[in-house]
Amino acid sequence: MAAPAIRVGRPVEARASRGLWSDAFRRLLRNRPALVGVLFIALFVVTALIAPLIAPYAPLAGTLADRLQPPNTAHLMGTDLQGRDELSRVMYGARVSLVAGVASVVMGVFIGGLIGALAGGLGGKVDSVLMRVVDVMLAIPGILLAIGIVAWLDRGLPQIMFAVAMVNVPIFARILRGSLLSLRESDYVIASRSLGASGFRVLVRHMLPNSLTPLIVAATLALATAIIDVAGLGFLGLGPPDPRTPEWGTMLTDSTKFLRQAPWLIIFPGLAIVVSAVGFNLLGDGLRESLDPRLKQ
Amino acid sequence: MTASDRDPATGRPVPTTAGGGPAGGTPSGSGNGQGDGAALLRVEDLKVYFPIREGMIIERHVGDVRAVDGISFSMTRGETLGLVGESGCGKSTTGRAIIRLYEPTAGRVLFDGVDITSLDKGGLKGMRRRMQMIFQDPYASLDPRMTAGGIIAEPLDIHDVGAKRDRRMRVRDLLSTVGLNPDYADRYPHEFSGGQRQRIGVARALALEPDMIVADEPISALDVSIQAQIINLLERLQDSLGLTYLFIAHDLSVIRHISDRIAVMYLGRIVELASSRDLNRTPLHPYTVALLSAVPIPDPVVESRRRRIILTGDVPSPVNPPSGCRFHTRCWLRQQLGNPGECETVDPEFRVLGPMHEVACHFAARVDGSTEQLQATGRAPAHAAGAIAGGAEFGDASPPGPPDRPQGVAD
Repeated sequence: MAAPAIRVGRPVEARASRGLWSDAFRRLLRNRPALVGVLFIALFVVTALIAPLIAPYAPLAGTLADRLQPPNTAHLMGTDLQGRDELSRVMYGARVSLVAGVASVVMGVFIGGLIGALAGGLGGKVDSVLMRVVDVMLAIPGILLAIGIVAWLDRGLPQIMFAVAMVNVPIFARILRGSLLSLRESDYVIASRSLGASGFRVLVRHMLPNSLTPLIVAATLALATAIIDVAGLGFLGLGPPDPRTPEWGTMLTDSTKFLRQAPWLIIFPGLAIVVSAVGFNLLGDGLRESLDPRLKQ
Repeated sequence: MTASDRDPATGRPVPTTAGGGPAGGTPSGSGNGQGDGAALLRVEDLKVYFPIREGMIIERHVGDVRAVDGISFSMTRGETLGLVGESGCGKSTTGRAIIRLYEPTAGRVLFDGVDITSLDKGGLKGMRRRMQMIFQDPYASLDPRMTAGGIIAEPLDIHDVGAKRDRRMRVRDLLSTVGLNPDYADRYPHEFSGGQRQRIGVARALALEPDMIVADEPISALDVSIQAQIINLLERLQDSLGLTYLFIAHDLSVIRHISDRIAVMYLGRIVELASSRDLNRTPLHPYTVALLSAVPIPDPVVESRRRRIILTGDVPSPVNPPSGCRFHTRCWLRQQLGNPGECETVDPEFRVLGPMHEVACHFAARVDGSTEQLQATGRAPAHAAGAIAGGAEFGDASPPGPPDRPQGVAD
């Protein structure tokens, strides 16, 4: 009986791996959906950054004679009720969403991270008290909490950012605390303590660096919901105080009454929200997968 | 006493008169001078209880897990003490309490004459320079975000030893000491194999030139082929650096190879403590006999005649340990003796039976020479009970006639 020829493939070329992050980055590049996400995000961010250069019209300028035009060569996304170019407004709207989304998530990560680090790092009574506060915040539905905060602090872009940040604070706090707690009994943390390291050193050198991964993933995913939340507040009439501001959610609200006559006024801002939110979602999922050491090849 | 003037002890100091010098270096060195002054570590009635609490806001103390419940032993400089027992018997807790990773509930831990349990933060940090730990799982004990060099240098950073450049040289030295390429210092833990990772763990423990190392199951998570390498490394390091090991394991066959003395733990207590040789040849506690009977003997003739002692039931809960002798619920000897009441009511004290051989069993004398003891140690065939005497290695106890077979098979 002839033994089947065993084909030996070329040995995989040994490449020097340079730590967890570069390995993760390499895995991310092989992740198709994540790359699509990056593409969407790039579209969104670049548009926001160079909107004044590429927008065909000023976002606030319009003549009533041009009102409610369907998409055409002069106005690729048509015009709105006041004859303003919809494409230009969507482009400028990206700036509002980008600034509000990023700022609120950064704020949320900072505050939530601080609470989580205190709770998970100190433990005991501090942990109990902080976590009960967080539980109360979690008990209130996110958008309701945001509405409450905007209603309390009055309308305005900074208030919107703060409100959306507060929606995310309890989530970030829980995530960081959870991973800190699980690390507290891990062998390398105990090893470091047995060497004589102070509690602060253990927290900063070992626990925080190893617990940031889930937080980064959560923050990326939170950017998607933050954009939707900002638009949602705008849609509910709690957007920027100046009604002319090109904000996607506000633009949607303004056009709902003309849904039959001018569906493009809903479709294009809606599409913009979807593209940017889906982009961050895909990237967040991709990051989670590529940062998970269990999926290591 | 500065760290640099440690004794250049090469080779294992003999327990009786060892450690010329450093024993008197600490101020209270003579304060507890009972018996041998060479004891590096003395554990006295150590207890570690973990409280069980109930209730969300108002917590009530409803009980304790008595992980370690009153153990005492001492170790001389340069010695290896093995600590064996089933999982959950408190051996790891003992190791961690000794370097005060857990706060002991009661008892004293004297290291070089200083009571570790009463040290303040600064004193403890200083003491940690002299006691290091090696962990079981080399995949969990190294920070995945740090390079091998960073991990090994961490103790040097914490205790601020040497200048930055010296530390890098020291890391390279340590890497080659444990048999790794010094150029690997820049690699991350996930780039190493299990055995290599454990070598990094050993190098980290050596960085501060400690006197004592608590090795908490350092080879249990490794492949058999790698286990021998790490054991040999540890033995070599002990010879060249004069280290003292507290070696924790659940596997008697490994521990009897490396240990000078062995302590057997059951449910938070030490039940037998003897030299490695004595414990393996004349175990005097029924539990030790049962453990030994599970260790294979590399001789098919002897092995085929042995019977394992299978302990029935689970280890009782350390929350609510059995009354009297803790082992009585599973003891084969107690059954043989017709369940004497003493076992259930009287807690057996730790008695000295023979030179440096201590046992906590009311009927230890009955164990000596029993069929079970002889079989477990592989010294005699099944029938030759009572033939305990004279240094009978199991080699000469087996002129292999067919002692057992006719009864069962030939009829």
